[in-house]
Amino acid sequence: MDGFAMGGYGAYVWSCFALTFVIVVFSDWRARLRHKRVYRDIEVRLKALGDRE
Amino acid sequence: MWKWFHQLASPPHFYRLSAILSPWLAIPGLALIAYSTWQGLFVVPMDYQQGDAFRIIYVHVPTAYLSMMAYTIMATAGAVGLIWRIKLAHAVAAAAAPIGAAFTFLSLCTGSIWGRPMWGTWWEWGDPRMMSQLILLFLYFGYMALRGAIDDTAKADKAGAVLALVGIVNLVIVHFSVEWWSSLHQGQTVFRRGTMDAEMRLPLLLMILGFTLLFGSMLLRRIRTEVLYRERRTRWVREMILSPRGGS
Repeated sequence: MDGFAMGGYGAYVWSCFALTFVIVVFSDWRARLRHKRVYRDIEVRLKALGDRE
Repeated sequence: MWKWFHQLASPPHFYRLSAILSPWLAIPGLALIAYSTWQGLFVVPMDYQQGDAFRIIYVHVPTAYLSMMAYTIMATAGAVGLIWRIKLAHAVAAAAAPIGAAFTFLSLCTGSIWGRPMWGTWWEWGDPRMMSQLILLFLYFGYMALRGAIDDTAKADKAGAVLALVGIVNLVIVHFSVEWWSSLHQGQTVFRRGTMDAEMRLPLLLMILGFTLLFGSMLLRRIRTEVLYRERRTRWVREMILSPRGGS
């Protein structure tokens, strides 16, 4: 338990690591989501164009 | 060499190559981050002055370093796009901005959290390093807002590139602020001899390398999306998406 308390600085140390990992994961997840959305939009547009032709 | 460079700058070639490269950067990057996190949190001895609070350095320094590297990439890509009119360069600049903003935000937050137990304050308005880093965050926001406000992609690229190049001045100030002015923030430690024990330095260097590889992977993924969006009306995108094998 002492290792997690970090000599009284646990809240500061753990919050820094947690915040960093949460934001990096969130940023990457957003990027993946946007890629899927852009890809899907183009796919839908191309299929709609194909149907019209 | 030039042939290779031109081939790399070709959107369809880059799109396919980046899909292959991205996981090859992410996997070793994540492995290095996991190893260095373990080392930094549980193995490395605590600092004799700062105690265990010093362990924040293992996330603060990599994020601060990447906040500046992302801006350097953004401004350099913007300049390349302006001078040589390489379309891919503007996509690189646009893709680097949100990642740079995220890392700048993180460096400010982790620095502020570290500052509370060490300096007795979350924030010091008169500190040149903190203020120049805050301006860097505003530059990223300004760059993204400017791009978002202009519908014409070519005009947005040019305006964004000019803003990114002007902002380079701030990057120099961020880097040298701890040497030019008296600051609460400590001077450079990582790459200066005798300032840090090797046992503490090695995990930090590995963490920086790990985050850099992860940053590379994240950047490639965002560039792919930019390229796909910008090239949405081109033949290669149509062929890729409508092919029986599909794309990704």
